[in-house]
Amino acid sequence: MNNEMPKRTPTHAIDIEALGRMQSRVDPESAETCLEVKNLSLFYGEKQALFDINMKIPKQKVTAFIGPSGCGKSTLLRCMNRMNDLVDDLKINGELLLDNENIYAKSVDVAELRRRVGMVFQKPNPFPKSVYENVAYGLRLQGINSRRTLDEVVERALKRAALWDEVRDRLHDNALGLSGGQQQRLVIARAVAIEPEVLLLDEPASALDPISTLKIEELIYELKDKYTIVIVTHNMQQAARVSDCTAFLYMGKLIEFGDTNQLFTNPRKKQTEDYITGRYG
Amino acid sequence: MDKNSLGHHISQQFNAELEDIRSKVLAMGGLVEQQIQDALNALVTANVELAENVVKNDVKVNALEVNIDEECARILARRQPAASDLRLIVAVIKTITDLERIGDEAEKVARMAAELANLERPRNQYHETQHLGESVQHMVHDALDAFARMDVEAALKVALYDEEVDLKYEGILRQLITHMMEDPRSIKRVMDVIWSIRALERIGDHAKNICEYIIYLVKGKDVRHLGFDVIEKELRP
Repeated sequence: MNNEMPKRTPTHAIDIEALGRMQSRVDPESAETCLEVKNLSLFYGEKQALFDINMKIPKQKVTAFIGPSGCGKSTLLRCMNRMNDLVDDLKINGELLLDNENIYAKSVDVAELRRRVGMVFQKPNPFPKSVYENVAYGLRLQGINSRRTLDEVVERALKRAALWDEVRDRLHDNALGLSGGQQQRLVIARAVAIEPEVLLLDEPASALDPISTLKIEELIYELKDKYTIVIVTHNMQQAARVSDCTAFLYMGKLIEFGDTNQLFTNPRKKQTEDYITGRYG
Repeated sequence: MDKNSLGHHISQQFNAELEDIRSKVLAMGGLVEQQIQDALNALVTANVELAENVVKNDVKVNALEVNIDEECARILARRQPAASDLRLIVAVIKTITDLERIGDEAEKVARMAAELANLERPRNQYHETQHLGESVQHMVHDALDAFARMDVEAALKVALYDEEVDLKYEGILRQLITHMMEDPRSIKRVMDVIWSIRALERIGDHAKNICEYIIYLVKGKDVRHLGFDVIEKELRP
């Protein structure tokens, strides 16, 4: 029989002294800001869609927008790379600062802005070209045609989008032959290929099966090391899983914005509480 | 958050499930309260039959704990509750653990009551023990009441009262020690009494824990292991 003393539990593995209450909170007010929305109001013709929104989106964090349909979350997201410019009769008051520069200033080059602020939509929209050309597209637009540079960037972007292993053998097949989840990751690869600072994701997983959804969520977690990510989602659990900060919008107003842990365990506003617990107000 | 906020979910089914959990916790609490009272009565009136009944009934308390725990796990898995709903489930899971322990302590008192019934009775018929027992029984009752009404002020009051119970316990303990020194033949009997008052004092601690869960449930603030002045500041900024 072995009479040796059992090994002691490695209590040193955890710094117990450092465990405070309410750890790892993100406070958007004090964190480093990437995008600042200042007194933003938006009108579609006569109809006001956003009312005096103020928020600071922290750098290299994931910020989620939640709220019922028509509350303005997609509208707000689209403002962030001026996707709304093409809408007729649109009026915007207020400012949207990217690194302290108003993106609605006259001097701003919209193409350049959209290079810095990439966007991915609900339905994957690859071009009817090869996987390779899809990812290389943005660079070719910038006039980069060197084969070696393109090869490198395509591989890096596909790896970052966790798609490389699945498509490395068919880079030159048509992208439309990929599955929905793969197409969505391809679109994300296309967005990160041009090294944006901000990634806007508009319901990126709502058309995908649960496993592909988890892959996208894992990807979001990996990408926040390099990018600031803003995600619109109808799936509250998804917002709770992936985001650091959450904003709740209702009828065009920002009701509550703050740390995701706080918002999902103890929201400050009753309206937020009613929405996330599935109550009618 | 108030009591009525359990309802109003778009899913009626979810309303019913939460309401069901709440009433089961209250039923479990009622049962535990009865167990304390019976155990005390058995002790004071030397009623062996009643004491054995308490011991037998403890399985009911245990069964309720298991049942409510299962239901909570099921809700976590299927509903992914958030905010106050989440806090309710967390608070319930913790509350029933403490209720079950209170049940165990009541059972201990009942076992001691059965032992003591056959021994020599003191002149005061365990008057102080009865008094201590009634105090903690009140604590449990008021804690459950605060849970039912989601009343933070009431919960805070009960939690504060635990200090008085501790003082009472120490007072009785001192008396019993004196007694043992004066009459060493009584040691065996008095030890049984000490086990009983110890169990009663523990019931007070568990009631206090439940009150802390109520404060967490209603206010979303974890006030465990904080001094009372800190708690006051947290709750009344």
